[in-house]
Amino acid sequence: MADYRKMWRDMGLNMKNHDQLLEALPPTYHDAYLTQDNRPESMEYFDFVVNEIHGLRIQELQKHKASGGKVIGTFCVFVPEEIIRAAGGICIGLCSGIEIGTAEAEKVLPRNICPLIKSFMGFKLAKVCPYFESSDMVVGETTCDGKKKAFEILNDYVPVYVMETPHMKKERDCQLWREEVRDFARHIEEFTGIGISASSLAQSVRESNEKRRALKRLSELRKCDPAPVSGKDCLLIEQIAMYDDVVRFTAKVNELCDELEDRVNAGSGVFPAGTPRLLVTGTPMAIPNWKVPHIIETSGAVIVAEELCTGLRYFENEVDEKGTGVDALINNIAQRYLGTNCAVFTPNTGRMERLLQLVKEYRVDGVIHCALSFCDSYAVEANRVEKVLRQENIPLLKIETGYDQEDTGQLKTRIEAFVEMIKE
Amino acid sequence: MYAGIDIGSRTICFAVVSGDQVIHSKITDTGFEPVKIARSLLKGNYEKIVATGYGRHAAVSDFAGKVITEIKAHALGAGFLFPGARTVLDIGGQDTKVILLNDGGSVTDFQMNDKCSAGTGKFLEIMSGALGYAHVSEFARIALNGGSGVKISSMCTVFAESEAVSLLHRGVKREDISLALHASVVDKAAGMLVRVGFRNPLVFTGGVANNPCVVKLLSERLGVEVLVPPQPQLVGALGAALSGRKET
Repeated sequence: MADYRKMWRDMGLNMKNHDQLLEALPPTYHDAYLTQDNRPESMEYFDFVVNEIHGLRIQELQKHKASGGKVIGTFCVFVPEEIIRAAGGICIGLCSGIEIGTAEAEKVLPRNICPLIKSFMGFKLAKVCPYFESSDMVVGETTCDGKKKAFEILNDYVPVYVMETPHMKKERDCQLWREEVRDFARHIEEFTGIGISASSLAQSVRESNEKRRALKRLSELRKCDPAPVSGKDCLLIEQIAMYDDVVRFTAKVNELCDELEDRVNAGSGVFPAGTPRLLVTGTPMAIPNWKVPHIIETSGAVIVAEELCTGLRYFENEVDEKGTGVDALINNIAQRYLGTNCAVFTPNTGRMERLLQLVKEYRVDGVIHCALSFCDSYAVEANRVEKVLRQENIPLLKIETGYDQEDTGQLKTRIEAFVEMIKE
Repeated sequence: MYAGIDIGSRTICFAVVSGDQVIHSKITDTGFEPVKIARSLLKGNYEKIVATGYGRHAAVSDFAGKVITEIKAHALGAGFLFPGARTVLDIGGQDTKVILLNDGGSVTDFQMNDKCSAGTGKFLEIMSGALGYAHVSEFARIALNGGSGVKISSMCTVFAESEAVSLLHRGVKREDISLALHASVVDKAAGMLVRVGFRNPLVFTGGVANNPCVVKLLSERLGVEVLVPPQPQLVGALGAALSGRKET
């Protein structure tokens, strides 16, 4: 990796804290990723991106900023990236999956709160995230009470714009959301100083759809047995999707899919045929949170799908490209995003129906429901998931865990026992 | 001959089966070099050595041929000792498990405590020490004579210890506090059993099943007979040995 220290210092990062973070990252990545057998060669690009996570991509963002462009950070798959790019901005996912700046975060947040919230606050307050420090503004949403209130606090440190995501899917909620998306577009235009045109929006819609299609293509390949790629690698790709350049990323995912198609045709995979196939569902797993997937895939099972925001919820459903003019496309965008099966909705029957379909489509042997500690929406909704899966006799293991590593021993025992149970 | 070794947080248990007979067994403290101690228990030629417990993966990279989880091991062991068992409660040194079995003895569901060791053998051991007993067996014996009416509300080992000590300072009788501490372990286990929807017959395994006060309170609390094998902490090792036999 090139020397980026000057860039980091100029951006105002706390160099001491940042050094600690960089030291924490590589061994985890090595253990979880680089020790996998028979990895596809095309994973090289994604390894490179992870290695350069605070380097090259940040350089690109800084260059964009130097030429007058804006970088906009987001925390949720509800925020329409198409609109940001159509107004000349770069959209970056800021969620993080590592315990950092806890003491700093606890100055402003309660001790018992979702680790994702604590982590983003910690990253900002400890000044260790170059993505955060590159962001000219961040966009929040109302998908959970913890985030909603935390955004008020975050606004003390960086300008925050909050979109109101509805909690039901009635016509008046759809109406509210369409207006929210329209307001957001106006706000972004003012912020970047670049108007959204029908052609710039059509282009960004097309590019995001192509990214979704590439990710969908990747996920389709995982329906094969043996699985041509590990679940861990796919999660990594889905995490990288949130901050990489859209067009380049899409091309690299398609290259990987070409290689995987050859593997499928040759009948080769990363685990032997007949390996128990698991689906992971629940709260998002933000980079570098690979804890549970790593335990699963070193316990004799393979993950074939993620019904997560860092997974299918992010790339299923495309924005309808038909329609002329900015207003029509904005309505199409609003419609696509409202189709996300987030636990913020009541009821969230769409998620239950989708889970049952996925179990069939991906020939899933068991489901692992993984909720972050203190995530009420998903932890409570786990009961609804359990109910529908039980009716269909689909084995389920429910896990609640944070970003710490202290429970890995117990988790390993539980996951291994779950795999043993499925095999019997 | 098939050997099973259960490397737990507090003890290492070893069992050898031949045919349908347990021909050898041994229980030792885990100590500080578990794999070395475990290896020293092996005597003779075994067709297969199966490891379970927290040290299972360390054992398999050293001497064991295969690993199974404690959950599967206790299920197999309990099913062997009590054919037809439908639920296994295992309380060991640092965790509690409830395992549901089907007619064929296979695991259909299980629950396990998360990070914390509240309500396990370690909890009883620390409380026994805090109340000045020489051994947990004495703690259990005295608790059986304790009067009810005292309640320990904290589940955390550290907080429960200070709760017990402050009760002592308030002049509450030691045997009553002892009973309350045992009752808190039983409450936690019973809660887990009810959550999973346990069925009879219920087998109680792990070191804590040696504690007569826990067994009595659990049986009263659930209103069912609690089946305890003669050496309950050996059940995991036995199950591991049996799983070797099953596959060969």
